[in-house]
Amino acid sequence: MARAVDYVKMSIPYLILAVITSPIILMYVMLFIASFSKTVYGLIPDKVTLNNWNFLLTGYIQAPGTLGVEAGRYPNIYIVTFNTFLLALTVATLEVLISSLAAYAISRYSFRGRNAFLSLTLVLHSFPSITLLIAVFYILNTLGLFDTLIGVILVKVALELPLGIWIMKGFYDGIPWDMEMSALVDGCTRLEAWWRVILPNVKGGIASTMIFAFLSGWAEYIYILTFIVSHQNWTLSMLVAAMIGEWRFVDYGQLAAVSFYYMLPVVIFFLFFQKYLLRLTIASKGPI
Amino acid sequence: MLPKISRPKPLKGLRIPYLYVFILPALILIAVFYLMPVMLTVVISFTSMDYRLEWDWVGLGNYYRMLRDRWAHIILRNTLFYAIATLACFNVGMALVISLLTTHIHDKTGAAFRAAWLLPRITPSTVYIVIWNWALAPYPYGLFNWVLHSLGLDFTLQKFTIKPVHPLIPVSWVWVWVILVNGFIGASFGMVIFTAAIKAIPLDYINAAKVDGASTLQIIRYVILPMIRWPILFVTAYQTLSLLTSYEQILLFTDGGPGYATEVWALYSFHKAFAEYAGAFEFGYGAALAVILVIIGLIASITYYKVFRFRELMLESKIEVT
Repeated sequence: MARAVDYVKMSIPYLILAVITSPIILMYVMLFIASFSKTVYGLIPDKVTLNNWNFLLTGYIQAPGTLGVEAGRYPNIYIVTFNTFLLALTVATLEVLISSLAAYAISRYSFRGRNAFLSLTLVLHSFPSITLLIAVFYILNTLGLFDTLIGVILVKVALELPLGIWIMKGFYDGIPWDMEMSALVDGCTRLEAWWRVILPNVKGGIASTMIFAFLSGWAEYIYILTFIVSHQNWTLSMLVAAMIGEWRFVDYGQLAAVSFYYMLPVVIFFLFFQKYLLRLTIASKGPI
Repeated sequence: MLPKISRPKPLKGLRIPYLYVFILPALILIAVFYLMPVMLTVVISFTSMDYRLEWDWVGLGNYYRMLRDRWAHIILRNTLFYAIATLACFNVGMALVISLLTTHIHDKTGAAFRAAWLLPRITPSTVYIVIWNWALAPYPYGLFNWVLHSLGLDFTLQKFTIKPVHPLIPVSWVWVWVILVNGFIGASFGMVIFTAAIKAIPLDYINAAKVDGASTLQIIRYVILPMIRWPILFVTAYQTLSLLTSYEQILLFTDGGPGYATEVWALYSFHKAFAEYAGAFEFGYGAALAVILVIIGLIASITYYKVFRFRELMLESKIEVT
């Protein structure tokens, strides 16, 4: 009897966790099922089909209510995907490059204003950059970068820089000074020592920064919405948002397929790189 | 054995030019996209700038307008309600529940539950909102209504309704959804920090309490919670700022509707500046609304820096929880 009570007691935490976590699991399962079925009733698919994925063959998605007219098509999915990929990859590369340069200076040089710069990056890390949208819009406009992906890329890189500098600095600090000292003695310049000796030793930091910046660029919505007008510069977030805008009329199976397609890098990351998830969570300053 | 501390006397002569190579790119980006925007936001707030981007100075006009703006008052109330409710229910409340429960069960299973809670955070916001919209769709398509129906409950959930949850609880359903949508993302931040903090408590304390005959709830109340009060305070403070300034999910999910029912301050600023239907692009007024948030943001960020010794907190994040 006492054992039975114990079992019940032991299972209580599992039960509570299962109940509060089930909405998340079920919602993602639903999206997955829906992307492969004609209609879905809750979690029950009605006719399993691959038709929702036709957009991958034809390359376009017809906007709802446009009766197959060519002008009513959303921009070509591959152009949109390419833009998204380009944005994410460029943001990630620049972010890694610039933050690992700056973090190296902070970690290894003593210069006037070093502490001020370090404090600044820390303060900026928690500062809600999203509140600066209007001013950033004005600056991009002045620089002639409005409605260009370059503009969005620069903004993204800048806003995530404090975090990147932080991550990289942590990794640099863990490397003994002797390593680059021997490189310098052997005749390397500081830049060469950084490139050849130090960088290969901070691969973990580079990977963290890169993954974080890539996923953040991949998912970017607000800056695209605000700073991009031309359809040929759309990214996948704009495409999905446009389909949400037509919620009543949209082809739901297709919407699920596009959403799932958009989520693929995230899913891959989730399944294979879980150890980075934690740092990502702590680091994210965006929503909530 | 040489000490591991870096930064010995810098090499003279080599120093200055390379220092610029290392630090200038970052400095320029931070100056152009952080420092200038902060100042520019304040300056623009003293103008009635619109889509023509002309500098028509109006002094404190925008701020007087804000004081008289009937909507601004309602939206301020909305914002405070949204931030406090989401914070209490999810960013701190749910985060505590999850981390307490997952640290009390089998380790691998606990980690799996926590991983599931991280999913909403890494999902692109647009896809995340698609999922929620879908889940809230009417029976037989919507997941939640389908589940309710399958369980034999005669109850229909609606997304866009300002009907109160219960005659005695003056919270409308649409707010419940907005809080859930944001809370399911928000909970993971606190979860990760609390989990690390709970795992760092020496087992001796808990065992000692057990020997003294404390129940699980008593252990949580008198041993664990007091020992993680600093992380709780940190999460509370940090997430308050995030919630006060976040609007991406609300923009996609309800766009502040129905009417202005779920409009929050940051979204209002965005709408004033960039909304298509208003057509006016009131950058001046939008900037004035944003200045309030910028000021809150600056004060808060500097406070965190001073109070919470960010440095140590960030270093702690190297512990593996997932």
